[in-house]
This record gives sequence, structure tokens and C-alpha cells, in this order.
Amino acid sequence: MRTPLYSEHIAAGGRMVDFAGWEMPVQYSGILAEHKAVREEAGVFDISHMGEFLVSGPESETWLDLLLTNRVAALPVGQAHYSLLLNERGGVIDDLIVYRNGAAEFLLVVNASMIDEDAAWMKSQLAVGVDFKNVSGDFAALAVQGPDSAGVFEKLFNRPMPITRNRVIELGLPRAFVLTTGYTGETGFEWIVPVSGAVAAWRSALAAGAKPCGLGARDTLRLEMGYPLNGSELSPDRTPLEAGLGFFVDLEKQKFIGKSALIDQKAGGVPTRLVALKVVEKSPPIRPHYPVWVNGEAVTETTSGALSPSLGCGIAMAYLPAAFAKPGQEVEIEVRGRKFRACVHKKPFYHKKA
Amino acid sequence: MNVPENLRYAESHEWILVEGDTGTVGITDHAQAELTDIVFAEPPAVGKKVSAGEVAAVVESVKAASDIYSPVSGEVIERNPALDQYPALLNTDPFGAGWIYKIRIANPAELGALKDPAAYRSQIG
Repeated sequence: MRTPLYSEHIAAGGRMVDFAGWEMPVQYSGILAEHKAVREEAGVFDISHMGEFLVSGPESETWLDLLLTNRVAALPVGQAHYSLLLNERGGVIDDLIVYRNGAAEFLLVVNASMIDEDAAWMKSQLAVGVDFKNVSGDFAALAVQGPDSAGVFEKLFNRPMPITRNRVIELGLPRAFVLTTGYTGETGFEWIVPVSGAVAAWRSALAAGAKPCGLGARDTLRLEMGYPLNGSELSPDRTPLEAGLGFFVDLEKQKFIGKSALIDQKAGGVPTRLVALKVVEKSPPIRPHYPVWVNGEAVTETTSGALSPSLGCGIAMAYLPAAFAKPGQEVEIEVRGRKFRACVHKKPFYHKKA
Repeated sequence: MNVPENLRYAESHEWILVEGDTGTVGITDHAQAELTDIVFAEPPAVGKKVSAGEVAAVVESVKAASDIYSPVSGEVIERNPALDQYPALLNTDPFGAGWIYKIRIANPAELGALKDPAAYRSQIG
């Protein structure tokens, strides 16, 4: 599959790779330069492959509160929050952002790899008074991220960018949305536009000073923040408590799918926890599925890893047995038969420049 | 793409500069462009014996680790220490400061199996 911006990527020198069935740019000029652009200036990513669902109707709030872990009833109009869609076992089907456009209208942005599965699951749970529409094919989306993104925003929309995160602004007709969210740890916004306006939006973002950035930089940027990626850190066999996402789970809610499994897990003790690992000596880049050793025993493997472009050292994430999942815990990460010293690090790895 | 005339090339995109019984090995300009930003290099240890076509070194870009195959058999007599600190030399100067190791060539006949610049140029199009 191709996003409406495919030709734009080719024109900008994008190197295309497969991502969840989509032909997406992994880089244009280079991952390191693009990573730096987002940390120091502004970059723009095509995130049109991600899915959008519109949920509306008088029962939509109640229904979403039954399906998602965060409390939708507490979400004001014009704001967004991060949430999780769980199976009955408390495992993660997907992580997503919920935007409240109105009292009874919500926009959900979900992972590209999970659009069909999420939609099938949600439709199977459908209730009276809820209208669910998978509008993924109708919208393209851009993420503009970096310290200069406020300037890009002003040039594009002739108004100041909201300073607070997770704000939603709806723009005229045809419907488009601007959201002060992102996946890089920098300030910025995501711009969800009808497919017919995608090319114009992309070109205007470039003209306003954003540098095109690919999925390679998107991955190193999110990893430096310790943000999970579904399919790497998140899976149907891991709960949000194990993934360190308890903040986005409201166990006080009367009920939601997966709640009883989470209550049970909490009572019995969460067995493993997702941790950030920072290599403390010179090492090759850490990659997914490298063995992690504690006290001379291989206890787990990395879920993601990189040589941090901002910090210049190896960084990774892994699920460790709970007893070892504390900052300062020493571990070793095995690369091609050699072990490199690392320790559990408090997330994020990278702190935004003031 | 730059393909210098004084080198021989392996199909797997390594080059070798032959001076007497010594060969200097690196990766081609084409290879570095395909690999993109190289952030780590692991040249072989001095004294290591390698056979032609065997993995002699590893270079890693942000996204992937790639094996570097020795174009000829022999013993490693020098490794490029600059790559420990400046792996990006593989990108910026692949035929010069970005060399990876020097090898004492055990069997000069193996050089005949390598490509000349014209043949390599047509391989990479």
C-alpha cells in the first residue's frame, strides 16, 4: 500500500521500505541528520499509514470507557489522551490516542499494523447508540515535531500553536484536525487532513521549514524517550502494568475489558516489567532480540535497541523479572557473543533541551 | 559512484588494494551509500586468519548490522584504529581513511576471481 504522499517521498529522495504492508520512507538525507533536525529544529513525518476511527453517538463515551483503559468520561472536549485497547486477558491489542471532538464524538488514531484487527475487535463489541466508522482511507496525516514546530504551525495556520500538549483544533471543511501530540518527546503537532489535501499539506509544511523525516528517525526518537512500540514492546501477551503504562489505566473505572485480569495480576504481583537499559561502555548499536544477562544468567532479550544519536551510547528496552526492574540494576547485553555492561535507567533516556 | 581504477572488487562490495603481498580492504562507495549512516565498525583483530568469502568485519548503520567478507585469504596484519572513534569515515572516505584492515595475502591466485573496475561498475549499474 502507498500513502497519498508516495510520489512526494520519491521526489524528496526517500528510501522506501515495507512497514506493516505500507511502502514508507525509512530516510531521506540520513537518519542521523533527520533525528538531529527534530531535536534541534523541526521535522515532518508522513504518518498517513496510521488508522483513524470516528466514534459518535449518545452512548459513545460509555462504550469507549468499556473498551479502553483510560477514563474517557474525564476527557474534556478539545483534548486528547493516550489509552490502550486490551483483550480479556489484559493483554495489549493496541495503544492509541483518543481525541474528543465533541460531547459525543471522538477520533481515535491507531497503529498502521493494527487497523484491521482493532476495527474488527471494536465492531465485535459494538453497542446500541454507538456509531463506529473506520475512516483510515479518508485521511492522510503529518507529524511536525521539533523545537521550531511552533513557527511552522504559525506559518501554516496563522495562529499561535497551543502551548499545552494534547489539544485538538478542528479546521473547517472538509474536516481536518490539528493535535498537539507526537511520538518524539519534542513539542509539535499532528495534522490530520483529507486525502485530497495531503500533497498540499506536505508541501506547505516543507515550505514552512520542516525537514522531511523517515521512519528510521521516528524510531530512534521514540526510543530515546522510552516510548513503547506495538509489536516490539506491546503485545497481546503483555499487560500495560508490565509495560509501565499503569498511568494510562484507570482501575477505579467500574469496568473495562481486561480490568479483572489486571486486578488479579496486581494482586499476585506483576511478574516482569519493561525497563530502559543504558549501556555504560562503548558498544555496538543494540538491536531487538539481543540476550540480556543478569548475574550470569540470560533472563530476557531486548525488545528494541539503538545507538542513541543524541547520547552516543547504546540504549534498549527489555522486560526484566520484577526483582531486577529497578534503576541502577546492572545487566549485560550480548552482542555477537560479547557482553556489554548496561544498567536499568529511569525513562526517558533523553531530556529535551530547555 | 566512484570506482577507482587501481583496486579489485568483490561482488559483495569490498575493495582490495594490492601492494606486494599486502592487501588493504574496505567497502565501496556504492556500499556505503546503500548502508547509509555508519555508526559502528568492528575491524578484525590483528593475527586473525580469514579465508576468502569469510566474514572478517562488521559495520553497522543506524538500522542494520552488515557483515564484511574478506576478498582474499590470509592473516590480518593491521586494523584501522580510527574507525573505533570515527566509523563515519566509512561514509565520507570509503577508499581512503575509511579502510578497514590490511591482510597478508596467502594465495595471490584468488585475486583473479575478483572483479576489475569495469566489471564492478557494470554490476552496480
